[in-house]
Order: sequence, then C-alpha cells, then structure tokens
Amino acid sequence: MKNMELRLKLNGEPRHWTIAPGDLLLDVLRREGCYGVKRGCEKGECGACTVLVNGKAIDSCLMFAAQAEGCEVTTIEGLADGDTLHPLQEAFLDHGAVQCGFCTGGMILNAKALLDRNPHPTEQEVREVMAGNYCRCTGYKKPVEAVLAAAAPRKAAHR
Amino acid sequence: MNTVGHNVRKVDGVKLVTGRPAFTDDIHIPGMLIGKILPSPHAHARIRHIDTTKAKALPGVHAVLTYKDVPRVPHTTAGQAWPEPSPYDTYLLDSKVRFVGDRVAAVAAESRAIAEKALRLIEVEYDVLPAVLDIEKAMAPGAPVIHDEPDSTKIYDARRNIAGYILREIGSVEEGFREADLILEREFRTGRQQHCPLEPHVTIAWLDADGRLVIRSSTQVPYHARRQCAMILQIPVSRIHVIKPRIGGGFGGKQEMLLEDICGALTLAARRPVKIEYTREEEFYMARSRHPQILRMKMGAMRDGTIVASQLTVLATTGAYGSHSTTVQGNTGSKVLPLYRAPHMRFECHVVYTNAPVAGAFRGYGCPQGFFAQETLVDEIARELRIDPVEFHRKNVIRLGDIDRLSAQLGEGREGLPRHIRSCGLPECIDRGAAAIEWHRSPDLCGSSHLKRGRGMACTMQGSGIAGIDWASAFLKMNEDGSFFLQVGASDVGAGADTVLAQIAAETLGVSLDKIVITSGDTDVTPFDVGAYASSTTIISGGAVKKAAEKVRAQVLAVAAKMLDTTPDKLAVGDNQVFTICECAKSVSMSDLALHAMYKEKLQIMDGASHFNTDSPPPFCATFAEVEVDTQTGHIRVLHLVTAVDPGTAINPMQAEGQVEGAVAQGLGYALTEELVLDDAGRPLNPNFRDYKIFTAKDMPKLTTILVETDEPLGPYGAKSVSEVPINGPAPAIANAIFDAIGVRFRKLPIRPEDVLREVGRTPSSARDPLVALFPLSSSQSL
Repeated sequence: MKNMELRLKLNGEPRHWTIAPGDLLLDVLRREGCYGVKRGCEKGECGACTVLVNGKAIDSCLMFAAQAEGCEVTTIEGLADGDTLHPLQEAFLDHGAVQCGFCTGGMILNAKALLDRNPHPTEQEVREVMAGNYCRCTGYKKPVEAVLAAAAPRKAAHR
Repeated sequence: MNTVGHNVRKVDGVKLVTGRPAFTDDIHIPGMLIGKILPSPHAHARIRHIDTTKAKALPGVHAVLTYKDVPRVPHTTAGQAWPEPSPYDTYLLDSKVRFVGDRVAAVAAESRAIAEKALRLIEVEYDVLPAVLDIEKAMAPGAPVIHDEPDSTKIYDARRNIAGYILREIGSVEEGFREADLILEREFRTGRQQHCPLEPHVTIAWLDADGRLVIRSSTQVPYHARRQCAMILQIPVSRIHVIKPRIGGGFGGKQEMLLEDICGALTLAARRPVKIEYTREEEFYMARSRHPQILRMKMGAMRDGTIVASQLTVLATTGAYGSHSTTVQGNTGSKVLPLYRAPHMRFECHVVYTNAPVAGAFRGYGCPQGFFAQETLVDEIARELRIDPVEFHRKNVIRLGDIDRLSAQLGEGREGLPRHIRSCGLPECIDRGAAAIEWHRSPDLCGSSHLKRGRGMACTMQGSGIAGIDWASAFLKMNEDGSFFLQVGASDVGAGADTVLAQIAAETLGVSLDKIVITSGDTDVTPFDVGAYASSTTIISGGAVKKAAEKVRAQVLAVAAKMLDTTPDKLAVGDNQVFTICECAKSVSMSDLALHAMYKEKLQIMDGASHFNTDSPPPFCATFAEVEVDTQTGHIRVLHLVTAVDPGTAINPMQAEGQVEGAVAQGLGYALTEELVLDDAGRPLNPNFRDYKIFTAKDMPKLTTILVETDEPLGPYGAKSVSEVPINGPAPAIANAIFDAIGVRFRKLPIRPEDVLREVGRTPSSARDPLVALFPLSSSQSL
C-alpha cells in the first residue's frame, strides 16, 4: 500500500509525517518520540496508550494514525508548561499516586479529559472514568485521591 | 529524623508523570531488529523435523534459531542467588516442547510483520506426546514423563514428574493431635494467577563498540540475569552489561531470566540490535504465574482455643519447568505455619511438573496459598469453639521474643536459620483493624432478603529478605557541590526503592534528599545486589546504603575536623552542613567541605559497603473484610477492606501505604476474579484483559490502610518490609466474610458468582460444609 501524508497538531506544534495507511496512532506517536504513550495490550483494554484527540481521551492502539488528520493530539509529554507541571501531575506526585509509572501518563490524560468537562466530579465519577486505566501497582486509591485533589483547586486557579 | 519517616515525593516521579523516556522500550537504536518466538502449539511434543529454509530466505530476516543452532546448557530461569535451588531443567531452545507456548524457534527481522511472517514459514513436524495437565495425575504410574532428558539436574524424581519434595516436622503432630479436643481437616485449592504487569516483558540487546553484549531489560534481577546469560550463551560475565531502566511493574514475574538469553542469542547471531517484547497474550502464558496448589490442612486445638498442632500437606504444580518450584512451596510452610505458636507442626509438599504454563515467583511467594488454607481453617475452628476469631487470633499468634523453629529447618531450598521475633506489632494490627471494620457492630440489615452481609478476618506474615542468602551493596561518592552519587545494585521495579534508599542515605549523611543522585541496577556501574525480591530491598539494600553512608560520613567528619580545627567526635551532620556539638557553634557547609576535600586535600570522599542478615524479620498483617453477597446472582461485593500492617519503621509512609493498597488489589483479584484457565489440551482460554479480570478503579472496595510501626533492630532505621505481606490476607478474610454472610465455606480460589449460586441452591446442612463428605474428619473431631 502506498504511504500517505498526515498533518496534525501534536502538543500544540504542527507536524507533518509520512505514514502507512494501516499504522496505528500508538505506533506513530512512539516512532516520533512520544515514548510516554505506552503499549500495554494493543486491544483497547488497559488504557496505557491513552492520548487526547481534540480533547477526548482515546486509546491510541485502537485508532489509525490516519484518522488523526487535522486533529489536535495531546500526549503526556505535552501536559506540563515547560518546567511547570500540570496540577494533575503535581497531585499525582504529592499523593503518592505513582508507583511504576507505566500507566500514569494515560491515567493523568484520562483524568484531564474528565476534569475539562466536569471540573468537580464525585469520587464515583472519577472511578467510573478511570476504570479505563488498568493499574497493577496502586490499588487506585491514591490516583483517585490525586484526581479529586487536583479538581478542587482548579476552580480557584482557573486552569 | 529529617528524611526517614517523611512522605517525600518519589525521586523518579517527575520523569514518570511527564512521560519522559525512562522504560526499556523507550529508546530507538538504529538498525534494531524485532525478535519473535515461535510458541509450541502442543502441550507435549518432540520436534521430529524443523526446517527454517523458507524463513531464512524471507527478505528482512536476519536470524532464525532452533535448538540446532544454540548451545545446550541446562539451567533454571529463576532469578535466584547462585547456586540456584531450582532444578536445572530448561534449555535456550530444545528438541522437545513441554507446554503450549514453549519455545520452538526464534527469529529476528527488520519489522514485526516480517518477523511474524517468518514464524509462519518455519516448517515443524511434531511427534505429539501424551500430556498431563491434571496436577493429581502427574505423579501417577504411567503418566507421561515431562523431563526425560538425561542432562537436567537437581530434579527430585524426574521419572515421577516430581520437581521437588519437602518434609519437615517440629515436635510430633501425631502427639499434638492426640492431645487436641478438636481437630479439623479440610482441602483447599488455589488458581493460576498471572502477574499482569502493565509493562509486558521486554528486552533489547546490542553489541557495544567493544563488542560486549548489552542487555537492556525489564528485570528485577540484573545481576542474576547477567550470570545466567553468561552461562547459557557461553561468554564471560565480563562481556555482558545488563541495564535495568524504569520497570513497569514486576511483582515477581520479572524475577526471572525470561527473554534476556534468547534476545542475546539473536543479537549474537544477527550482529544487529534486537528487541523482543511480549504481547499481552504472550505475557499471560509465555511468562510466569502463581503456582496452583491443592492444600490439605489439619489443625488441632484445645477447648480453650489453644492451637496444639498443625499439619499442611501440599500438592503444587510448577508447570513444565521448575522455576522457583521448591522455594515457593517451602514458603507455603515456613512462613505460614509459624504464625501460630503450636508446638507441633508438620509440612509436606510435592511439587509436580505438568504440561502447563510455567509458574514462578509472584508477590507473596507461596504464602497466599498457605494463608488461604490456614486462615480459613482457623476461622472455622474458632467458630466451632464459639470463640470470636479476633480473640482466637490474639490468643494464638506468634509474639515478641518467640523463636520460629520451622524456619530453621526450612530455608531457601535447604536448611534455614531460626527466626527470632524482635519486633511484633501484630496484636495492635488486630486491635486497630478490628476497630476500623467495626468488628463488634451487628451486621447491617440491607433491607433486602437476598443481599447478605458479613465480616471476616485473617492474620498473615512474611519475611524481610532471605536469611543468610540475600545480600546487597552500595557505593557513595561526594561531588564538589556537596551532593552525593549513590550507586546501588538494587532494582526499583516501581515500588519506590530508589526513593527509600535515597532517603536512608540523606538521613545518614545529614543532607536534603535533592543532594542524593541515585543510580540503580546497572551491572557496569553499580555494585552487586541480588535484586528486587523476597521483600529484601528496604532491609538488605537499605542496610548496605546505611553502612556505606556511615563510612562516607566518617570521611566527611574527618575533613570537617581539619577545617574546623576540632576532632570528628565533636561534630555532627545535618541540614547540608557539618557543625560542632559544643558551644563554639562552628560549621561548614557540605559544598565548601566538598570543594576543600577535592581541591585542597586531593581526596575523593567515597566508600561502599556490603550487607546481609542472618535473620528475616517478619512484617505482620491483619486483614479485615466486609462483604455483601447477592444470593440471587451470586455476586460478591467487597464493601470495605481494612489492612493493618507492621512494616517496622515506614521509611516513606505514603509509599508504604501504596504498597499495601496495590498488594490488596492483587489479593482481591486472587480471591474473586483472577485465574488463567486452560482447556483440555493445555491451551489458555483467557489470555487477555477482557476475559481475565483484574480489579479496576470502579471495582475496588473502600480501602483502609493502617501502618502499625515498630522498631526492628535488624533493619535500617527500624525498617522491615511491606510490599508482599498484605497480598496474603484478602482471600481468606473474604472467604470468612462470605461464610459470615451466607453460612457457606468456600475453599477454592477464585470464588466466583457461579460457585456461590451452586452452594446457596443446596440444602442448608450440605451447603454449610460441602467437603465434609469428601474428607471425613478424624474421630476426635467432636468436642
């Protein structure tokens, strides 16, 4: 099959890549150096490959790269503002919500998508959404606490 | 304490939350090939003929290996200290396959697609052999012999498929049972749980500019992997460099030399970098799992509730290879029975080969199976004797000052060392756990007749390192800005070892945590450590760090004494400086001191230390569960799980809590949902996250974690361990809570809704005790 051109915005920067039609978004992002996008199952079950496409959290192993044409894609690498971490990243560190860190990027992006549409979720709402991010280390207690803590000050900080 | 005991942020946290390239697969090496392994489709077969001509001819294929191309070196994949107690029954590639998923051949090609196509082009003719999958049939006369090769060693009885056998007794259980007023004997069965690290096994190997083999791998045991690869590939240890980057979870599954050997062999054959990464499906059945066991437990107690004798007889399967076979099962006895002070104990175990996926090390290491049996039986005995299980535990559990004599008989595959209890917070764990679950509150009425609630408990313990065997080393050197490089062989696999070890160094040197820069798990750079297993890192590696830091501190004080015109005994460290402890109140900052040492004294302040213990202080745990059972659907909902743990001193309480909560989540899966199921031909039926259910955020019950800190004399700053012990409690606590709710004993894991439905459909009398008929109790059962 012939290669094709892909234009999208990655973490705010315009990008232009040559891809094969069957390339998965997961594989293309990792190939382009976004190693924070993790391969956990390749079946859309574990959520380690979660990225934001036009603000929506999706499993990048279930999306062809070609489907991201013209989209804004955010990976975990794009969340901090220079050396200033995003409040979710700060909260994950402060609450001990990171252990091995393999699922963390996907978890934080999924939480960001949630807080962007629902700035003050209940614990149950957080748990429902984060059920899409498998974690084998934390038992989810501290990640859920971190998301709830990040949600609280966001109102004041208008972030 | 300025750093130890504080909830500091993880030292590697920022790179993890920002997604920076830190894991094994987060690098690109030009020219890197993709390696794939051809798995056996048969549970047991001999390779009659194998032809790789077509695969080799495929453009883009750079190496194809079969047993004909590689050295035949018997070994174990278990990442254990040399000489490994596991049988040497495994080969890089072999002419015989022993489970579905066993290695038939391996290829390295320019892309995954080409590698997968090459696998399909390998022509294999098998002589399919009869397979044995049933654990109870493996030892039977006439069963197919799985290891009939002449060159394997250290197998207990290969002709009967027995990988290992253990028999130990202290006192005389026969005598103990004669004394007992009540004897109960029950059979328990446990399932095949898989580790499911979010990062599957992955290894990248290449030849460096000097032609040395570099192996970058998701491993818990870089030093063992180096030694084993050298032996298997027949190259000197000095020609191998193993790098352990950040690891995406291990839980024991990576205490195994699993891909390093074959990836190295492909690299040597292709003379190109090679990466092998398991898919999730491969991870389920081509990696390792927890040993399934059939346990028969018999306990005798006096009318007043004193346990006098306990006997545990285990039949376990290690699958097709004996990785960790005797040692995991040894733990099932040695770390479980001594929880109680019974004078008479007996442990007997056969570990058998079957043509099933290979079992190995898994968090808890034999204890989850043993405690499921023991704690479920203890609950039954307590209730038979009309004694509150909380009281029953309080009366019988091991105490401060006790000596566990079973450990002396049963060590790591050989005789062990007696275990002295020098710290014990178990009574407080029981009290605080019971308070948190409101043990004495009468059960809630749910307002619905089909929803039944109940509460249950379990007490468990573990070890902290393997006594007399686990050892570690650490090295520290000072930089001219007053910071220190800390180099440890210890392997942080995500549990936070780097942070804890840096905290111990910072505390001992009197500097802030940011002054410690840690490098871990790199065989060219860091000194030796056995690796991340047996709950050893905090106590053993931490002990090495503390010793090294004390030696370096002495050097720092010697320089400071010259600078401040005093003697080292009048000096102390703290706050990134050295200061006098007299009224003169002189001080020098660590950075000034470092510059002075390096450029005036011409002295590199540096030192290292090794450390081991001759005892393995147990951390203790009391687990309490409250469940709600739906008798119409069989659904078991855990409402609240309380875990009270004595980890010694918690070097980082927040991280220690995280270890507890993660262990509990895995323990919940073990109790209720997780089991890799095989069909009659040994093929896995559910090797994916859809059909193999691990707990997600919305499945979790309310968790309460209580740290009951004690001061362990053998541990650095009083620390023992925390990561394994909490996994043992959920299954028995939940099983006991289910009994409390619906009056049915479940003795097989996992406990599924269909099991509940089957039992609640029976008549009340048979439902209460389904196994009594199968295993008649001894005549002394009646009170």
